[in-house]
Amino acid sequence: MDALLQVKNLGFSYDGSRQIFKDISFEVRAGEIVCLLGPNGIGKTTLLNCLARLREPLEGSVLLNGQEMRNMPAREVAQTIGYVPQTLLPAFDYTVLEYVVTGNAPWLGTFEKPGAEHYQRAMEALEQMAISHLAQKPYTRISTGELQQVSIARAIAQKARLIMMDEPTAHLDYGNQLKVLRLIKDLSAKGYAVVITTHNPDQVLLLDAKTAIIDQLSAFHFGPWQDIFTEELLSAMYGVPLRIIKVEGIDRMVSVAPEL
Amino acid sequence: MNNKHRQWLWLLSMLLFLGIFLSLSLGRYSNNPQKVLNVILSSFGMDVPVDPSMVSIVFNVRLPRVLASVMIGAMLSLSGAVYQSVFRNPLVSPDLLGVSSGAAVGASTAILLGGSLITRQIFAFIGGILAVLITSLVPRLLRNRSNMMLVLSGIIVGGFLGSVLAIMKYMAEEQTQLASMVYWQMGSLATVLGTELLAILPVFIICSVLLLSLSWRINILSFGDVEARTLGVNLRQVRTIVIICASLLTASAVSISGTIGWVGLVIPHLSRLMSGSDNTRSLPTTLLVGAIFMLFIDTLARTVSSVEVPLSILTGFVGAPLYALLLYKQRTKLD
Repeated sequence: MDALLQVKNLGFSYDGSRQIFKDISFEVRAGEIVCLLGPNGIGKTTLLNCLARLREPLEGSVLLNGQEMRNMPAREVAQTIGYVPQTLLPAFDYTVLEYVVTGNAPWLGTFEKPGAEHYQRAMEALEQMAISHLAQKPYTRISTGELQQVSIARAIAQKARLIMMDEPTAHLDYGNQLKVLRLIKDLSAKGYAVVITTHNPDQVLLLDAKTAIIDQLSAFHFGPWQDIFTEELLSAMYGVPLRIIKVEGIDRMVSVAPEL
Repeated sequence: MNNKHRQWLWLLSMLLFLGIFLSLSLGRYSNNPQKVLNVILSSFGMDVPVDPSMVSIVFNVRLPRVLASVMIGAMLSLSGAVYQSVFRNPLVSPDLLGVSSGAAVGASTAILLGGSLITRQIFAFIGGILAVLITSLVPRLLRNRSNMMLVLSGIIVGGFLGSVLAIMKYMAEEQTQLASMVYWQMGSLATVLGTELLAILPVFIICSVLLLSLSWRINILSFGDVEARTLGVNLRQVRTIVIICASLLTASAVSISGTIGWVGLVIPHLSRLMSGSDNTRSLPTTLLVGAIFMLFIDTLARTVSSVEVPLSILTGFVGAPLYALLLYKQRTKLD
């Protein structure tokens, strides 16, 4: 199957001289989960923003459905890519339904307003997230975990086939972190491609995902985690000793710190 | 839900028309609604007894003023609501952003230069749009895009323009220029002319229609730049149209009636409380509620005492306590 997103020799710089990252190439296909990993400040979020066309790369190109993304109208990009920001900062108390229905924006003309079918689509997205009971609640009055689900529901209402999430677990308690990972796994099973940034290598193992790593030397690694993850790489990248081991009674590898 | 909203707008429209009729009936010459009703009926070709001087009073004195108050209330409230959404800040208003002061400086310049009504309008618009540009630029230059920084920036720009206005008054020729400047600035519709109304009518219609038809996109703008862009909105284009329309509305209102405080801040809040935050519903509500509010205030201004009360005094007296009440009602929502 063809790749949804192809990244070719991508490089970025804020000031035009000092490169944040360079020579980044990889592909994302339908149903795949790709986790962007790297130490603080190395440019994970910047890379994600380049992929979502929120930032203009210095060099290289991003192809969306085989087309050069920088030449595409914003609407067309938004018809394929849904973006879930790390935090929502609501200024007005729209209801959850009013918020999710804005996912229809890329499918409507500038002067058009959503009709019954668009509200219907928003309700279906809420049902998929199992949060239809929140529909009439102000989205300023729900928990952070619920807000994350609402944000993902909007990407579904957007009919985005590729959903990007900037640190989707950053502001959640442990239970909600695992629930969001479960959601991501479900999305990929339904055929959505999902790209996330994360600080926790164990999430990659939990998701059984592909991983894209910018290491401490700004070198880029990409592939299924089985090919990429080594204790040496992770330990060097985070500057602390890390182990990747099989724990008895759990049918997967885990990434843990042996001690402080 | 949609039906309920439509009924709600009908109710408000009926209230507005009733208010217009009552306001037309009130005044120094006669307070008899029957006489006014007859005047209106006869103007539609019906055969009813009319008082000839009442015809002149209704059409030349009261009607321009009533329509002016309705339009200005609608313009200030709508622009206030739109600014609040675009700047993602329920605290801003045309006054706080410096738009009103900018328009006032522009209009005063036109008065100093002895310009016509149209010049005054154009200058008011240029002043208003410059002010809002500077206000929104300051947080960007300081790399602090918080709500508080925008409000502070508005205070800076408004304060500076206040001083500019004071210098202009100081330099103005006392008998003619100063008088007309001060009189205009206090916010009065006592001398409003039919021609002034005709001059702002196209602005009112075009900008209101544009803003109402963009109301759903305005929701999206209020989510912030990142979300708007990832939803495929042409951010620069939509935001530019919206800010220009809102500034045109404010400046046109200011060019006729001077700066009238509070309306653009309080009415959008009240309307959101009535019909929810979704701009597809709250903008039409704001427009109608603003019109009704200003009609009420102006009718009060010309009937409450034997001398005309400046509008800003009344909007302050009514608006400030109303705002306090709204904040009290919303206290659980504001953290």
